[in-house]
Amino acid sequence: MADPTRSKIDQPTGTPTMGHEWDGIEELDTPLPRWWLWTFYACILFSIGYVVAYPAWPLIDSYTTGMLGWSSRGDLAREMATQAEKVAPIHRAIAATPIDELPARPALMQAAVEGGRAAFKVHCVQCHGSGAAGSKGYPNLNDDDWLWGGDLATIEKTIVDGIRNPDHAETRISIMPAFGRDQLMTAQQVDDVVAHVRTISGQQKGDAASQRGATLFADNCAVCHGVAGEGNRQLGAPKLTDGIWLYGGDGESLHQTVWNSRQGVMPRWGDRLDAATVRMLAVYVHSLGGGEAAPR
Amino acid sequence: MTTAPLSLYEKRKGVYPKAIDGFYRRLKWAVMVVTLAIYWITPWLRWDRGPYAPDQAVLIDLANRRFYMFAIEIWPHEFYYVAGLLVMAGIGLFLVTSAVGRAWCGYACPQTVWTDLYQHVERFMDGDRNAQIRLAKAPWSISKIARRIAKWSVWLVIAFGTGGAWIFYFADAPTLQHQFWTGTAATVAYATVAVLTATTFVLGGFMREQVCIYMCPWPRIQTAMLDEKSLVVTYKHWRGERRGSLKKAQAQPDAFGDCIDCDQCVAVCPTGIDIREGPQIGCITCALCIDACDKVMAQVGRPRGLIDYCTEDDATAEKAGRAPRSVIRSLLHVRTLVYLTLWSGIGGAMLFALGTRTRIDISAQQDRNPIAVRLSDGAIRNAYMVKLRNMESRPRTMRVAVEGLPGASLWTDRDDRGDARAAIDTIVPADSVAKLRIFLAVPGAGPARQDFAFTVRATDREGGTDREAAHFERPQ
Repeated sequence: MADPTRSKIDQPTGTPTMGHEWDGIEELDTPLPRWWLWTFYACILFSIGYVVAYPAWPLIDSYTTGMLGWSSRGDLAREMATQAEKVAPIHRAIAATPIDELPARPALMQAAVEGGRAAFKVHCVQCHGSGAAGSKGYPNLNDDDWLWGGDLATIEKTIVDGIRNPDHAETRISIMPAFGRDQLMTAQQVDDVVAHVRTISGQQKGDAASQRGATLFADNCAVCHGVAGEGNRQLGAPKLTDGIWLYGGDGESLHQTVWNSRQGVMPRWGDRLDAATVRMLAVYVHSLGGGEAAPR
Repeated sequence: MTTAPLSLYEKRKGVYPKAIDGFYRRLKWAVMVVTLAIYWITPWLRWDRGPYAPDQAVLIDLANRRFYMFAIEIWPHEFYYVAGLLVMAGIGLFLVTSAVGRAWCGYACPQTVWTDLYQHVERFMDGDRNAQIRLAKAPWSISKIARRIAKWSVWLVIAFGTGGAWIFYFADAPTLQHQFWTGTAATVAYATVAVLTATTFVLGGFMREQVCIYMCPWPRIQTAMLDEKSLVVTYKHWRGERRGSLKKAQAQPDAFGDCIDCDQCVAVCPTGIDIREGPQIGCITCALCIDACDKVMAQVGRPRGLIDYCTEDDATAEKAGRAPRSVIRSLLHVRTLVYLTLWSGIGGAMLFALGTRTRIDISAQQDRNPIAVRLSDGAIRNAYMVKLRNMESRPRTMRVAVEGLPGASLWTDRDDRGDARAAIDTIVPADSVAKLRIFLAVPGAGPARQDFAFTVRATDREGGTDREAAHFERPQ
């Protein structure tokens, strides 16, 4: 700041200057209005109050918390608690409504889909992916192919009891033999069965190998997968004639499947989540595009 | 070198403008009546839009995100109309400035209008300039306190009326008024009224010219926009100087100019400046000094217009004894014509767009996770969130179909693939958006990415269509 005692007066305006000069241009030292000064003091007072009331100064390993004890984390916790309180009646209503009756109540149904969407992001995306599109060994939940059934009640049961939990009586379970590893078939026979499966799924033309495979299939596989390979949802035996393959439909993958068998597992969520959350998850999965109507 | 100690901060000097009558004062009265009437009456005007839309002529419905202005209804996605209006307002100000100088500041600016109104109240309660100065200088006494309280009360009533009227632009005015007085209006309504009452009271009653000189950016911008062809209030110093009292001037007519140094121009100035020092940031060109000076010139028998609206070009011409330009020529020069062309171009384009816009709209957003799903029969399914906008105030049935995607079948998340069809009919409620999650399946193989379009058609007699480009994708 210029030294006020050494200020010059700018002749045309009669205003003192700052005392600096750049190329003959001088800055006028027009006095600020006094109300501006008061506003400035008011801001300083406000900041003192703010520092006393709110978190302000960083310390070595903490910070001054302020007299109001406010924190953004506390705000979030309060918001979450408020939200939980707000949705509690809806969750109670969902838990109290049998899942087959939910579609008749659109408001509840919509809440269930949205709640399921949120719960899916927490509990299910690790295996099924954030878009529920799955990956090798983890079913895509968007399509219309279901191992155990795709109506609301069946999906809910699958989620509640899980798949292949050996310590749980109600779990969904089925064991495909490891035909090659357990020497139920020779490598040649496995290849023949694979040729047959690829033929009935329209991936290759029938030949001598597939004909041999057809006989082997009828003897070893049809009991679970059906005579025509149509699958059996009671046993979780996949349909072998469609375009969807959980572990891959190419010769190599199918050989692996028949040789070693596949034993996919899913936790039983009924032990971990409350009834409303499981029900919402079932409704959400059903809504992804492949959901089926309840069997009549 | 200065002798007085230099102060870094300056106390506001009181401004007590004297009442004056004249052409420009009457113009200001007229502008004040019109602008205040527009402000207070507009929210109460009604406009029938049928049973599904509000009947307030001008309504900014923030809660439902609609903007109504008589026959025009603006949706949030049409906000470019509002942006266009703001651009027009900006260019309009440039146009006015380059043609007639700071006319906005002097006549139409709310700060000017409300300060003017407050000053009239002040004169009515406390008397004219001299009485006001006396009262300001008088020590605090019962009578002074009483007079101040009386004046501030009237100011507060006006401020409350000003802040109170503002909220009626944002909700149905009669309903909101009832709610307001019965204490059932939203908290934000009361808060808005309180804040605007306070700002009106402080800015109109106490800050006044301080707002123009220190707070408002517009005088600075205008200073940069004025040129030698802009009308500014000018003291014609070549005619007025050397100034001297009437007595001296009559004694020595040749030694003195027309200015009799009566200071009437300073006395009437609402920002407290002396126009004889030349154009300055504090001059809002309200022209009251012209009225004051004309009156004095008439009394001393000299021609009017010692202080007058005058461009710098005309001033130069007049000094040199040449005739000033005609009014038309000084209004119509290159800059004003450019601004006028821009302004009317944007206005015309907006009117055209408003006249031809469709009131039916479709947009589609493809699901990105997963993009495509293979179904058990080998068909590929994509899903889209389709939004149908019905911007008319009546429910309409709309038919959504696809174009350019052979074999496509559609269904929504409310039914299943068994109901797949070529087109989906849905009723979109009045003045709202319907969201449809549409599944679209195409059998067999095809390119990884295929362009097609969603189309929508209103099936009623008035019709109307829209389309939206989209892609169909297949896993490879």
